[in-house]
Amino acid sequence: MELIINLLINGLATGMLIFLLAAGLTLIFGLMDVLNFAHGGLFAWGAFSGVWFYGLTNSFTIAIIGAIVTGIVLGFITEKLIITPVYGNHIQQILITLGFMIVLSEMLKVVFGPNQIAAKTPPLLSGSWELGEVIIIKYRLFIIIVGFVIFGIFQFILKRTKIGLIVRAGVMNKEMVQALGINIKQVFLYVFMVGAALAALGGVLMAPYSGVIYAEMGMEFAILAFIVVVIGGMGSFPGSLLAAILVGLAGSFMAYYVPALSLAVNMMLMAIVLIFRPQGLFTVKG
Amino acid sequence: MSSLLKVENVHTHIGQYHILQGVSFEAKAGEVSVLLGRNGAGKTTTLKTIMGLTPATSGAITFEDEAITKNPTHRIASNGIGYVPEDQGIFGALTVEENLKVAMRKDDDSAKERQEYVLNLFPDLKKYWKKDGGHLSGGQKQMLSMARAFVNESKLLLIDEPSKGLAPVVIEKVMEAINEMKKQTTIILVEQNFIMASRIGDTYTLIDDGETVQSGQMSDLVQNEELKRKYLGIG
Ligand SMILES: Nc1ncnc2c1ncn2[C@@H]1O[C@H](COP(=O)(O)OP(=O)(O)O)[C@@H](O)[C@H]1O
Ligand SMILES: [Mg+2]
Repeated sequence: MELIINLLINGLATGMLIFLLAAGLTLIFGLMDVLNFAHGGLFAWGAFSGVWFYGLTNSFTIAIIGAIVTGIVLGFITEKLIITPVYGNHIQQILITLGFMIVLSEMLKVVFGPNQIAAKTPPLLSGSWELGEVIIIKYRLFIIIVGFVIFGIFQFILKRTKIGLIVRAGVMNKEMVQALGINIKQVFLYVFMVGAALAALGGVLMAPYSGVIYAEMGMEFAILAFIVVVIGGMGSFPGSLLAAILVGLAGSFMAYYVPALSLAVNMMLMAIVLIFRPQGLFTVKG
Repeated sequence: MSSLLKVENVHTHIGQYHILQGVSFEAKAGEVSVLLGRNGAGKTTTLKTIMGLTPATSGAITFEDEAITKNPTHRIASNGIGYVPEDQGIFGALTVEENLKVAMRKDDDSAKERQEYVLNLFPDLKKYWKKDGGHLSGGQKQMLSMARAFVNESKLLLIDEPSKGLAPVVIEKVMEAINEMKKQTTIILVEQNFIMASRIGDTYTLIDDGETVQSGQMSDLVQNEELKRKYLGIG
């Protein structure tokens, strides 16, 4: 039993980190049909800038804020410089964002040095609680809580505010949204910046979780996030949470019970979902 | 009466296809101008071109004496042109209320009054206020789409085949609403149902193969059996 709970917590924590990446990706894809392979680079920048701010100030709060601001700024630059010229062309999007992903990781090495960097867990969140046989690592619980809180905040914004309505409407039919007088490119810039901020938040939270950060760390998470976007239903925010949790749990349980399959499990999950629900778990178009 | 919108020798390409090959007409303030023509003639594309959704590759579109040919869609709309597309463009996962809210550009008392006024034109919508747009019937979707285009004080409404696929009683309701809106605004209407078109329209423009072939007063067209037979297959 305690083993299962531990695997569950691990899986959920990983799932939440993937969710923070996938949340932006799914809206970016859903709203403007843009494939952004540079998203993992923003995740890595979040991790590095966060660790840097943490070293500077010794405050994890400031580290998180610093990472988010870094994400917003980089998101703005990425959208204006990299994405705007390639609207409507998937091939160009893949090429230029993959290229930019490499630029982002190389820039990390220029700014922070080529070696991996150790990341400490803030004292308040270090250690664990023991409830009988169950050991709950505080920091993992923290990640899970942050994930749910972020989900709640964004669900509220998407469901209850005008800008949220516009984003959801845009995912369904962006021509119509423009024909109602809304500058969708402006909205998309904001969504892109917010998506970048979430990715950076994921990165800074990831740092103490894995203990070390390195320039390429964004890549593997970005692949998981893409799988999650497909499984969840492209453009669906709740879908990306559910799929991220699924992927996180599948990874955590498989790594324990069938380690040989732990790398393939996500692809298998994606294949199964696509066979039975080609549109993904949630649908948003229409 | 002065012309509110002027379309002059407009050509539109979609991909490699040359769809509009010289469309010209005027919409005079306060009138209903009807675009007529066979399926595939280019009526929908004409409306989309006015909205900037499929921008004109040459020619000129003037709205209130200002060239809007190259303007982005959102600016054309916020200048006061409302659009009711052929497929109605309802946001399926948003409720009736939310569909209207996305469109409303203001949130003050006058906007609420306006919304009340529009809802009185389409009383059914109040009954389905919290229902998802995707779950409405065809007629309800049509009314929601018209209400949404009219909820800001549009100076011009573009309405694409509002009677398409609807039962006669529902068509009657839709036409009544258009007659009511006509008192407040100028309308460009695409309508295949000639009886409806001739009842509502003040002027007509015949489009064939992406080109304007004739424009004039609707009352003249009603009597012109040859034109009707040749381009509309009726008469
Ligand atoms: N996106 C598109 N790509 C290629 N051809 C199109 C497209 N949209 C419309 N057309 C073609 O343009 C012509 C005019 O279409 P449309 O404006 O929808 O006609 P109407 O509304 O008068 O029935 C048709 O031949 C149609 O097949
Ligand atoms: Mg049409």
